Amino acid sequence: MIDHIELLRLIENDAKLSLEDIAVRLGASEEEVSKEIKYLEDEKIILGYTTNINWEKQLPEHCIGMIEVRITPIKGKGYDQVANIISQYDKVSACYLMSGGFDLMVIYEDMSLRDIANFVNQKIATQEGVLSTTTHFILKKYKANGIMFDAADKDDRQAIIL
Amino acid sequence: MTDGTSKLSEVVNKVPPSAIRRFFDLANEMKGHVISLSIGEPDFVTPWSIREAGINSLREGYTHYSPNSGYMEAREAICSYIQRRYGVSYSSKEECLITVGGSEGLDLVARALINPGDEVVIVEPCFVAYKATVMFAHGVPVVISTKEENDYKLMPEELEAAITDKTKYIILGYPSNPTGAVMTYDDLKKIKDVLVKYPDITIISDELYCELNYLDSKPSSLIQFPELRDRTVMINGFSKSYAMTGFRIGYSVGPKSIIAAMTKIHQYCIMSAPSTAQFAVIEAASNGDSCIEEMRNEYNHRRRVLLKGLSDAGLKCFTPYGAFYAFPSIEGLGIQSDEFCERFLLEKKVAIVPGKAFGECGEGHVRISYAASIDDIKDAVVRLKEFVEELKNA
Repeated sequence: MIDHIELLRLIENDAKLSLEDIAVRLGASEEEVSKEIKYLEDEKIILGYTTNINWEKQLPEHCIGMIEVRITPIKGKGYDQVANIISQYDKVSACYLMSGGFDLMVIYEDMSLRDIANFVNQKIATQEGVLSTTTHFILKKYKANGIMFDAADKDDRQAIIL
Repeated sequence: MTDGTSKLSEVVNKVPPSAIRRFFDLANEMKGHVISLSIGEPDFVTPWSIREAGINSLREGYTHYSPNSGYMEAREAICSYIQRRYGVSYSSKEECLITVGGSEGLDLVARALINPGDEVVIVEPCFVAYKATVMFAHGVPVVISTKEENDYKLMPEELEAAITDKTKYIILGYPSNPTGAVMTYDDLKKIKDVLVKYPDITIISDELYCELNYLDSKPSSLIQFPELRDRTVMINGFSKSYAMTGFRIGYSVGPKSIIAAMTKIHQYCIMSAPSTAQFAVIEAASNGDSCIEEMRNEYNHRRRVLLKGLSDAGLKCFTPYGAFYAFPSIEGLGIQSDEFCERFLLEKKVAIVPGKAFGECGEGHVRISYAASIDDIKDAVVRLKEFVEELKNA
């Protein structure tokens, strides 16, 4: 029996692992692994497989805005309607309902600061029910998705008799 | 004599230099081109919260000697860890000593217990320091050679046969370096049944790899038998489980009288274990359980990858359930373990360790460490397969 949490942790760290690799590491057969992954996909526990990309390196102008949005909940629908409308935009990479001083945290990625400013002004601030927005720009990434951006990747252990 | 050895003590001259020193020098010279599966230490960096605790102690100016036995807070954290993981309680005040790595504990125990000529039972293949520390203390090592067909476990009848009226203590090291063997609670119970018949024999249990056990989520030990608890010294440390080898910090727990004798030697020779490392230990022993679990899971994955690779290479290997070593057999290839390792290093650029380094009965085997990245392990076993095939076709 494959432990789902162990399987998920493994592929969360490396989605490129082959079925064979996963099976060997978990001490299971490829068929079992394939069956469990299908189950987790069907249950929407696994939502997709993405790649961690350091976009700043490829596209130096690329930037990310974190937009705090305060909204008036709509009767019967709460915050969901506004959240759904905002989430539909492809360049919105995440949208969360938050506790605290504002309601939605919207993470928006685009080619320049100007693009993000336009998105906030034209698409969010004008949305019915939106009271105010506060936009923060990411200046530098140190760690994202569990990955350190400047991590040393070396093994400098010296041989020793043990 | 012109080489100066005549000036040295007889006992130092009698302890042979490590047979694999030259081999390691060779591997180090070739570093950069060599995959090393030879090193007995984790490749993980110490978990950050533990490093931070050490750094913070420096920032706050804790740069002085600690009490000889170690800071009380560190001893309390250790004793509470042992209570939590083993279910055995020790007095942090009188039954716990913080040492410079587990190795210092081995030396202290030998000097605290041995009178010249006393016998010490050593279970091979084993960590290279057991025999040497006994000899330095003028003891006589009596070797039990465990067998592959018994999964390198110590059998009760083997123990019984090795005991004489000169036996002072026995050293057990499970989970085992170099074999990866573990002894379960039921295995240890059979050993306990022999030992209760010999109440004068002290038991030294080296459990540095206790957390790297892939069979059971909690360690098993002779200290868990109430009949043996007061005549057993457990030598343990943070190097392997917490990836803290460079901190050089370990501990011994055991009966008050022996710990007091060990502390006497320690206070004259060492004074106290490094203070910075002790602050790191407080964090490790108090809050490190989840870190070691993550590392254990990762080692377990690597273990399976290595075993699969060994099987693909056609090498027979009993299934190791502990530490981070496999100990495959190279018998039938017509080559001794040291020549096998030297040629494998020179021809295929992979460093592993000859089994003979861990005792005569380790001949015919090699120790492969899987404390390395999965990519390196996979690459190494492909080269191993090529090498074994070339030997078979030669």
